[in-house]
Amino acid sequence: MANLNVRVGELNLRNPIMPASGCFAIEYQEALDLNRLGALVVKSVSPKSRAGNPTPRVADSYSGMLNSIGIPSKGLKYYREHVLPPYLKFDTPVVVSISADTTDEFADACEEMSLPEVAAIEANISCPNLEADGMAFAMSPDTTYKAVAAIRRRTSHPFWVKLTPNASNIATVARAAEDAGADAIVMGNTVLGMAIDVRTRKPKLGNVMGGLSGPAIKPIAVRLVHQCYRSVRIPIIGCGGIQNAEDAVEFMLAGASAVQVGTASFRDPGVMQKIIDGLGAYCTEMGVESIRDLTGKVKLDRQLSDRWLRFAQQSG
Amino acid sequence: MSASPCSVENAATVASYRCKVAEHYWVNQRYKYIRLEADAPIASITKAGQFYQLKCPTTLEHEPFLLRPMSVYGAGPESNRIEFLYNVTGVGTKAMASLAEGASMDIVGPLGNTFTFSANYRRILVVARGVGLATMAPLIKQAHAAGVDITAVMSARSPADLMEKEFLRGASADVRSVFDADGSSSVEAMDVLLRELIETQRPDAIYTCGSHRLLMLLQRVLADYPRITAEVAMEQRMACGMGVCLSCVRLFDCDGDRRFLRVCREGPVFPIREVVGEVEFG
Repeated sequence: MANLNVRVGELNLRNPIMPASGCFAIEYQEALDLNRLGALVVKSVSPKSRAGNPTPRVADSYSGMLNSIGIPSKGLKYYREHVLPPYLKFDTPVVVSISADTTDEFADACEEMSLPEVAAIEANISCPNLEADGMAFAMSPDTTYKAVAAIRRRTSHPFWVKLTPNASNIATVARAAEDAGADAIVMGNTVLGMAIDVRTRKPKLGNVMGGLSGPAIKPIAVRLVHQCYRSVRIPIIGCGGIQNAEDAVEFMLAGASAVQVGTASFRDPGVMQKIIDGLGAYCTEMGVESIRDLTGKVKLDRQLSDRWLRFAQQSG
Repeated sequence: MSASPCSVENAATVASYRCKVAEHYWVNQRYKYIRLEADAPIASITKAGQFYQLKCPTTLEHEPFLLRPMSVYGAGPESNRIEFLYNVTGVGTKAMASLAEGASMDIVGPLGNTFTFSANYRRILVVARGVGLATMAPLIKQAHAAGVDITAVMSARSPADLMEKEFLRGASADVRSVFDADGSSSVEAMDVLLRELIETQRPDAIYTCGSHRLLMLLQRVLADYPRITAEVAMEQRMACGMGVCLSCVRLFDCDGDRRFLRVCREGPVFPIREVVGEVEFG
């Protein structure tokens, strides 16, 4: 049996499979043994109370879905007292995902949630920054740097930043996160999208626009993980459209040290266990002794373009 | 006593079942009936009002991605028999309508809560419209088996859409049919009819599904009858069906405390009196 252990910074995980924030809640214990997962990433909490976005909050799409849930939250105190405790009874590291409107709010919330029972903090800096006209922090390197640096000053916990695929130059954003002291990058969140019902002429989401997730965005996410891998030294957690073990392996080959599974759980609440089992089978089949050896092991032929150019010159 | 969704915690084991399509046919121009044989004895754990998430097939024309929540039309008598009666209307149901007998389909469930019901009731009043008929059918069966009298107010566009036989499935009931075609289904006419039925028949419980207009009408009428148990099975766009994604919320008034509750988890059955009539969004 292959060793499925992976490391994300100083954190040891029994395997590289964890849920993506927003696609996971305690109800999945009815469909899944949460003691078998690599980590538990809880749905994002924001310091301010939020009711969430207008319904409908989800819409079906080709090979994916759109959502605009709006991160409903009852604040940090309620979260600590009522949301977090059920996740702590499992023998699995718990990651707290935090969303906030301003840099200061982020720093305060991450400090407050740096509790001994919390294994790592995931800062969802893909959410709108109210100090920058609602543009997500992770859209640009300098807002990323400011948010990450402010959080880093206030916590010594392992601290991951969740980036957005909507950023135009992901390498510079990832480097800004690394330079500001992040311990790992989660790449990434949903892709901004929109859909319209052509009979009613109304947007399919109450919030008009929303995030596209699922296999439809997987090639985008694999590319982003690879671009991050080429530009930073800190570990990357891949996320975007993973449905099975081969998808997870693909992200690891692109450069991920671990992966998050989101939308796939909505179609099969037991899918994460199947992916873990599938990773074991893949390693056995392919003769991989330790799954962590796969990280970044995509076979790139750096001379291919040059060889091709010389070859192509033979044509008329 | 009425189930308060404000405090309910459903704790069950949810699993995915592979089902064979045993029977699948058109009931009328818009509705299809499907009978599934599951690979496990799930009929006995499936309660009236509950739903399953269906993995609709992919066809050349239709590619549904998410599972489709559908309330159960019938469960049993065979231990693995689950039935649905559905309106063929969108991408998911059109794809599902293409399933041949003998084909297979995966379903996840059973999900959600059930109606408050007691075999000691003397009479129940059921007010159903459209696809709400399918949701209420298991309750009719339960009441019939318990020897509880049934009054069924059935609302439809026209007599061709009524599906009375499919609704009652052999149960006897005092049926009052109302139609859009002759105006008998209007809110004004229904107000008179419902008050008359409540006054003369004194039902112990009232249930509804399938029309927001009827739900709001019942809420107004029931203000004059505080002792009658009254419940509605609600719908909302869903993704996970298990309470995780927070897509399917609606607003409820729980003893003066207004809260968003999940249709898939705290529902789909809610006390009619706790529904906060909503404006249309999106």
